[in-house]
Parts: sequence; C-alpha cells; structure tokens
Amino acid sequence: MDWLFLDAAFTGGSRDECSAKAGGACWAVIGERLNLFTYGFYPAAERWRVNLSLVLLIFTLFPILFEKVPYRKYALHIAVAFPFVTAWLLVGGLGLTPVETDQFGGFMLTLVIGITGIGFSLPIGILLALGRQSKLPAIQIFSIGFIEFIRGVPLITLLFVASTMLNYFLPPGVTFDLLLRVLIMVTLFASAYMAEVIRGGLQAIPKGQFEAADSMGLHYWSAMRLIVLPQAMKISIPGIVNTFIGLYKDTTLVIIIGLLDPLGIGRASLADTKWTGLSTEVYLFVAIFFFISCFGMARYSQHLENKLETDHKR
Amino acid sequence: MTQKPESVNEETKSAAGKYAVTMRDVHKWYGKFHALKNINLNVEVGEKIVICGPSGSGKSTLIRCINRLEEHQQGEITVEGIELSHDIKNIEIIRREVGMVFQHFNLFPHLTVLENCTLAPIWVRKMPLAEANAIAMQYLERVKIPEQADKYPGQLSGGQQQRVAIARSLCMKPRILLFDEPTSALDPEMIKEVLDVMIQLASEGITMICVTHEMGFARTVGDRVIFMDNGEIIEENNPDDFFLNPQHERTKLFLSQILNH
Ligand SMILES: Nc1ncnc2c1ncn2[C@@H]1O[C@H](COP(=O)(O)OP(=O)(O)O)[C@@H](O)[C@H]1O
Ligand SMILES: [Mg+2]
Repeated sequence: MDWLFLDAAFTGGSRDECSAKAGGACWAVIGERLNLFTYGFYPAAERWRVNLSLVLLIFTLFPILFEKVPYRKYALHIAVAFPFVTAWLLVGGLGLTPVETDQFGGFMLTLVIGITGIGFSLPIGILLALGRQSKLPAIQIFSIGFIEFIRGVPLITLLFVASTMLNYFLPPGVTFDLLLRVLIMVTLFASAYMAEVIRGGLQAIPKGQFEAADSMGLHYWSAMRLIVLPQAMKISIPGIVNTFIGLYKDTTLVIIIGLLDPLGIGRASLADTKWTGLSTEVYLFVAIFFFISCFGMARYSQHLENKLETDHKR
Repeated sequence: MTQKPESVNEETKSAAGKYAVTMRDVHKWYGKFHALKNINLNVEVGEKIVICGPSGSGKSTLIRCINRLEEHQQGEITVEGIELSHDIKNIEIIRREVGMVFQHFNLFPHLTVLENCTLAPIWVRKMPLAEANAIAMQYLERVKIPEQADKYPGQLSGGQQQRVAIARSLCMKPRILLFDEPTSALDPEMIKEVLDVMIQLASEGITMICVTHEMGFARTVGDRVIFMDNGEIIEENNPDDFFLNPQHERTKLFLSQILNH
C-alpha cells in the first residue's frame, strides 16, 4: 500500500527523476503515456472522434442494459445504427479524414475488438445453436462442422491465419484490412463458444414448452423468439458472460500479430530507456483496466439473473 | 350417439364437413413400435368425447395426432374439414382452431399469467394488445382467477395453473379443445376446481376430446366414452352403458381396477 500511494511518485520525466523524488511506485510513466494507452497512434487532431464514439457507446449501452431508461423503445431502435456510425467515425472517409486501422491501439483497440466480438458473437452463436438442433441435415452439419472446427483451433492460430494466410487465398491486389480480419476471426471464435453455451440452455427447456408453443399455431421463429430463447438465454447467462469475459481478455492476443493493445503499448513503453524496469507499474495499470471492465460485466450478469428470477416457488 | 367403428369406412369425404374430427384407418408407429392400430373415429361438432384406457394404451398419441404434435403414418385425419398433411401452413391453420390442455400445464414460466393468455392471440391471430388483454381477462374471470393475472405461473398452485392453461387455450377461441389427463398431476383437493371449469365449458357447445379417468366427469358431460388398449379402440359407448354394462373383458378388467382405486 505504501508502495502504491504514499511512497509513489506521480510526476517526473523519467524513471531516474521518479526515484529521486520517492522510493515507491513511479506512476509518472502512465501519466506521460496516457494518451498512447488510450488512443494508440490515433492522430491527436482526430481523437475527438474516439471520444465521441465512447459517448455514443455509453448512450447505446444504457438502454440495452437497463430497463428503466426513458424512451427505451426508441433508443433501442437507434442503437442499430451505432456500429455503422462508430465505424465511420473511427475509420473516417465520407467527409472525415481517413485514419488507417493500424494506427488504432491501446484501450480503444481493446474496446473496438471486444465490443465487436461481443455484439456479433451473441446473435451468430444463437443461430449456430439453433442450427445445430435443426431438423434440416445441411444446416445441422454446417453448424456442427463450424463449431467443432473453431473450437478445435487455438485463437492464436486463427489470428495468424487472419494476418498472413488469408492473403494467399485472396486474389492478388485485393487488400483486406488487418483489423477487419482480426475482428472477423475473434467474432467467429467467440460465436462457436457462445453456440455451445446457448445449446446447453436450449437443452434445458422442457419438451412441454415446445409442444405448448406448437399447439397454439406459433411459427418456429415466433416460438423460438418468444418462448424458447428467453428461457434458454436466462439459463445461459453465466456461461454467456463467461464467454464475453474470455473474449475480452483474449483481445490482448492481437499483440502477437503486431497490433498494439494496452499490453503492447505497455511493452513498448518499457522498451524506452527512460522507463525501463517499471514493468510492475505498467502491467498493474493494464490489469486494473481489465479487472474493472470484467468485474463490471460479472456484476451486470448477477443483476440480470436476479431480475429475471420468476420461478418463485419451484 | 353410439357409432360403430365399421360404419366410418363408408363415410364419403364430403361428409367430413359435418364432423369436427374424422380419423380413418389411422396407424402410427414410433420406430418399430405400433402405437395406434387402425383407428376409426368421427367426432361430431359439439360432441364431448372421453377417452380412457390403461397407461401406454395410446390415448395421448391419439389426441396428439389431431393437432399434429405427433405424425401418423397411415390413414387420414381431417379436422374441421381440413385434411392433415405435411404442409406446415395447413397444420398451423388447424392448430389455431384446436386448443390443447396438458397434464403438466406447460405454462410459460417467464411470462405472467396474463401474458401467457395473450401471447397466441397477439402473435398468431395478430390481435391488438388491448383487445387481447380484454379477452384474456374475460377468460381468467371465467376460470375464476382474474386476481392472479399479474403473477408468474410459479407463484400459483397446480389447480390454478391448470385453470390458467385452460383460459390460455380459450383465448384463441378454438372450436375444438383437447385435454390430455388434465387432472392427473393435481393434488386431490385441486381436481374439483379444474373439473368444475371443464364441466361449465362443456355446457357451451365447444367440441371436447378428453383423456381422463374421472368417471364423474365422463358421466356428467360425456356423450361418448372410448376405451383404448394396446393402441386400439376396444369399445365405445354412451357413459351410462359404458360404466354399467361393459362388453369386453379388457374393459371390465380396466373398470374394476379404476373403481377399486
Ligand atoms: N415419443 C415416443 N417414442 C417412442 N415411443 C413412444 C413415444 N411416445 C409414446 N410412446 C409409446 O407409445 C405407447 C403409447 O403411449 P401414450 O400414447 O403416451 O399412452 P397413454 O397416453 O395411453 O398412456 C406407449 O407404449 C409409449 O411407451
Ligand atoms: Mg398419456
């Protein structure tokens, strides 16, 4: 504790300046590199676009996560536009200065990969889980093949495939943004796990629920959406959030193919002779960032489980 | 009222219109197991049929073939004049007209009682919410639990849940109601409240096909009792003759077992 705060130096231009001031932690390194940790190499003049995206993110998440938000219904409709608006804001074009995605980095990169993965893996996972139980053999075989293949391969391998091998398959001259490839791979990876978690939930739904839905004349998709999935998803919440947290932390693996997430920025900072030897400070800072996000997800999962509790007696 | 099974074969297709349900030479297999054997049955519009028989005799299978929860492999079934086929649209049309009440209620636990009742009218009949709510409340009053409308099924007793399930079926205004042992999963003190609702319904002209061993119910409202064993219809008769004067040995044995119970 003393090391963390009391004996710590919060300002200074290098490690030596820190140790001259105090014997504890040298947080100055974080202070000096905070922009790098947050935005990566995103051009300083355009950083407002990242900030605006974050504000939009908060305004999108609140109505999705919480029921008691005013005008929730409209907000949910507007939320559909969020991915497109944000993508435009961050990448640019159409009137905004284009920013290459290899300049993305830091927490911003973590959020981009994590939120894209989380946002798309849930619907894809639901479709795969339903596909795996489908009565149509073609759909079933595709779903099982996809899930088992993706689960059988480490994420790192998929990321390598994304960064190198895809180029061999694409016609020469066609370039395919590296970040986009990573986003696709991370999403597919999480989708396979998501599918299995949701399948567990689907299997826990008694046959009588399907029969009651069928006997009313509901279509397959209505029955799934109104009756089966709400119950299956509720059962699956712990597993879903677990997968989300896993995905979010796995975003740090992109360091291996040269993208600079917070961990990558941290390593780069330590390579700077001014700051060598401060690995404890740097990694602790990154760890705290991840812990806060993941703990938030875990708490929300708990909140959701309590809210959806309707089996009061049984 | 009594109809001999053989006479059914002579029915022409056009005559199916005046029946709520017709089954002609229906067979059903589960894999190799022959669950329904040559079933012939005509149910008139408004008729109350009671089906009984030992466990595993095919009673559930028979009524579940009527709304295609189970598929028959041979023979012909018509419901309200429409022949059951593989066409899913056709099946959905029939299911709108045929309500089903299950032994284990099968209410949707994540929805309130009211939402359970309005779900099908809203999504299948495309009814506006306010109208669906009004109709649901009307039927919840009919089954005497309007005050539970905002509770979840898990908060109700078994008898209350089964009455909700009946109200839920009624909200679709079906022409035919199928009951599969609606009181078998209930504690004895709750059976009466459910039977009372069913007896009241029976007086309203809806076609009812009930699998049940409740003799009192069969004798009060039944037009015809059908006895099944081993996947076959063994005997059918009006309730009084059926219970007082059974013809077949297997019927006598079965009746002696449920009477001594
Ligand atoms: N889904 C199924 N798969 C295989 N056999 C079944 C299935 N459903 C019922 N059966 C068999 O068919 C027979 C009739 O079942 P059922 O119609 O449920 O009888 P009941 O309702 O008269 O007790 C039983 O022997 C049962 O084991
Ligand atoms: Mg049965």
